[in-house]
Formats: sequence, C-alpha cells, structure tokens
Amino acid sequence: MHDTMIPFSKSIRLVGHRTINAVWRIGVATRFFMLTLMYSGNGFRRFHLIIKELFSTGVLSLIIIIVAGLFVGMVLGLQGYETLKRYGSESALGSMVALSLVRELGPVIAALLFASRAGSAMTAEIGLMKATEQISAMEMMAVNPIARIVAPRFWAGVISMPLLAALFSAVGVFGGYFVGVVQIGVDEGSFWSQMQSAVDFRDDILNGVIKSFVFGTVVTIIALFEGYDAPPTAEGVSGATTRTVVTSSLAILMLDFVLTAIMFRGT
Amino acid sequence: MVEIRDLNFAYDKRPVLEGINMSFPKGKLITIMGLSGCGKTTLLRHIGGSLKPIKGYVKVDGQVIHDLDQDGLYLMRRKMGMLFQFGALFTDMSVYDNVAFQMREHTDLPEDLIHDLVLMKLNSVGLRGTHDLMPSELSGGMSRRVALARAVALDPMLIMYDEPFAGLDPISLTVVGDLIRRLNDALGATSIVVTHDVQESLKIVDYVYFMSHGVIVAEGTPDEIRASDKAYVRQFVHGEIDGPVPFHYPGGDYRQDLNLRA
Repeated sequence: MHDTMIPFSKSIRLVGHRTINAVWRIGVATRFFMLTLMYSGNGFRRFHLIIKELFSTGVLSLIIIIVAGLFVGMVLGLQGYETLKRYGSESALGSMVALSLVRELGPVIAALLFASRAGSAMTAEIGLMKATEQISAMEMMAVNPIARIVAPRFWAGVISMPLLAALFSAVGVFGGYFVGVVQIGVDEGSFWSQMQSAVDFRDDILNGVIKSFVFGTVVTIIALFEGYDAPPTAEGVSGATTRTVVTSSLAILMLDFVLTAIMFRGT
Repeated sequence: MVEIRDLNFAYDKRPVLEGINMSFPKGKLITIMGLSGCGKTTLLRHIGGSLKPIKGYVKVDGQVIHDLDQDGLYLMRRKMGMLFQFGALFTDMSVYDNVAFQMREHTDLPEDLIHDLVLMKLNSVGLRGTHDLMPSELSGGMSRRVALARAVALDPMLIMYDEPFAGLDPISLTVVGDLIRRLNDALGATSIVVTHDVQESLKIVDYVYFMSHGVIVAEGTPDEIRASDKAYVRQFVHGEIDGPVPFHYPGGDYRQDLNLRA
C-alpha cells in the first residue's frame, strides 16, 4: 500500500510542479510582452532600427511565402475544379479559391511559414546573443536590450506578417487562375466576376488582415520571449528554437479557430 | 572609487559570497584571483549592479549601487566599462559600429566626430585598420582588443575585466595585459581584473585579492603575493597539483567503487 502511494504522490507532485511552472512562464511572458510595448517608443523614434529588422523578417521571407502561396493556389484550383465540376459550378472556382485564401489559408499558412522561417531565426539569434553575453554587454553599457533588440524586432514582425499573408493570398489567387483558367479552361470572365461578387472587403479581407495581425503579434512575441529566456547553452538555444516553432504553430491553429468562430459565426 | 563592505550573497540557499570587504582606490589596477566558481564573477556582477546582495553593500563613486533605481543604475553604468570573457562584440555590427555603439546611444555627437573618436579608440588598441571588418573576421586576441576599445569608448572612470586573458596566445596575452595597464593610466581610471592567469596579472596590477569558496583568503601587492607562504596562495601561484585545493573531487570509497573486497 505504502509502495504504491509513493509513485502516486510523486506523479501528483510532478503534475503540480509542471502546472506551476507553466503558469509562472505565462506570467513572465506576459510581463515581457508588456515591457516590449512599454519600451517601443525608442524603436519608433529611430525607425531605421525597425526597417533593418523588416528586411530580415519580411524581405527574407518573401521567397518561401511566394513559392508556397503559388503552390497552395494551384492545388486549390485543381481540387476546387474537381469538386465544383460534380455540381456543375466550375464558374464558382474564382470565389472558392479567393475565399479559402483570404479567410483561412492565407493568414494561417503564411503565419506557419513565418513562424518556421523568421520566428525560429529570431529565437536563435537572440538566444545566441544571450549565450555570447552580447545582451549582458548591452545592459552594462546602460542600453536597455528590450528597447534596443526586442522592440524593433517585435514591430517588424507585427508589420510584416499581414503584408506577407496578403502577398500569399494574392499569389495563391494567381496560382488558382493559372491552373483553373489557363490549364483547365474555366471561363476567365466568370472566374474573376464570381470572385469580385463573392469576396466582401469587410467580412473577408479585413477579417483576414485582423487574423494575420494577431498571428504576427503572437508568433513574434513567442519567438522573442523564447530567445530571451533561453538557457545560454547550445542545447538551450536549440530547445528554445524548437519550442518557438511548436508553440507558435499550435497557437496559430488554436487562435484561428477562436477568431473564425467570432468573425464568421452565422455569416 | 569602489568600496565593498560585509558583502554576502547566495544562489538559492547556497552561499557564494561571505563577508567580503574590499577597496578599489581611484587610479589603481586591482585583480581578483581564484579558482573557477569561487565567486569572482558574481562579485563583478555586484559591482555592475546586476545582482543585489543579501547583506552588506557595494558603493561605486560614493553611491550604494543596489539602492539605485533603473535610471540611476543606467546613469552609473555610463561611467563604467566592461570587457567580457570572450569580448561579447555585437556580431551583426562591424568593428566600427561596435565601438561607435555607446557614442550613438548616449550622446548627440555628429557622425564625423564619432568617426574620428572611433578611429582614435581603435588606434589605441592597434586595430585602426580593422574598422571595416565584422567580428567573425577577427582572431580571439583581436576581438578582445576591439572589445577593450568599445569598453573605453566613453572614457569610463571604472573598467571591469572578466577573464580578459582566457584562451589567448602568448603574444595576445602580453598585448592585452599591456593595454589594460596603459589604458588605466591614460584614463586615470580604476580597473578591476577578474582572472586566474597568475603570471600575466602579477606583472601589471597594483594589488591582488585571492578568493576561495566565497571568502578572501589572501591579499597584498604582487611582491607580497609572490613571497607569500600561505599554502593556498603558493599552490595557486606555482600551479601545484595537490594542496589545500585537492586533486581528487570528493567521492566514495575507491575500493568499493571498483567492487574490490577488503
């Protein structure tokens, strides 16, 4: 009896310990987020710091976003045509491709790609800066690392994410057009006119932009926090990079459901 | 310049510093020596205001450093320079931008004046020609010298060095040692060198503190240290294998570990 109680109490203790740690970590991350917002003024006063980060987070993500958007659009065109053909509604291909991209696939896939490319790079960079004492050096030079390193990267992520998602959707529409109209032969006029009449600016495009803005904020703050909080060792930085991609991806999918439920319920 | 009285500090419940008393007068170059893990770097972090003691105080330029708020601490740190163990140069900036970093952050100096100052600082460490290079293109010794130029960019009154000789070849070792002395004298600053490189540091410093397990076990001028008959100091200075610092890490019975019968 006594012997079975020991592993049982150990498991309870372990669960309790992990729960407390998780709550503690969420608290520290929230504080980190608030500090980032608080020290953002410096970044906006010296906008060149944000521009520099926009290049590494936004511009360097362009290739992966464009290529992925093109293929996703092409697959949508192909699959959409096969399904719509069964109901004799091939002419609705344009609206199907556009709505899928603008409402869901654009913001979600672009955010997942952004987390894997730019998010992991941010975590690794800041983690290595910490491991090589660059962050301590900055503090010793009386320069606040959250204001100088974190805030410009945060705003660069928040600004570039909606732009990348919009680009993803635009290229995806072109991919759908290429497969649906150029390759299969769907009527070009109905492809574009159906799309124009089906896509609403406020309900579809604006909601998609709001989604990508939320994803950009969440992914960037997760990436920055994981890097800043990483143990200053090779193992610590690699673990933090993995956590960035896993946590960001789960957060994107979870938030997507919540936002979709709020935005499109009953429409 | 720096005064430490009855300083006590612990990580969790493990004491790291116990009853430390030290004085670092203006213009002097003083070294803190001891084995790895004896509390040297922790002490340096207290002087820089990164850690708060559980008892005692650290005064820098007449102010208790751990009583300062963040603005006060940052103001104080502008009067300090620190050289980290491996330089800690910002890897995404050129050598020039590394040295110019503090000037751009803390002053409104025009860029052409910053240009001249950066080149003068780099010239003082013999590396004016490297200003266009990135930190990844520098050798270990050169990185340390650039970091030294960056540490003295705003002519600090207190310069701290954390293991400045670690991993350097003999020539770089002498060059860095010589620069530490010359820069201290030229700036009229106070320098604190945390190191376990006995021979190099005894050549350049004015005074030595020896630490072991969080307490000061010996102190004196380099000549006094060389002549010391304290067992710990002798073992450290002459690099003897066994002594107060044992060769073997404490462990169980050797025979038992090897499964031998008595």
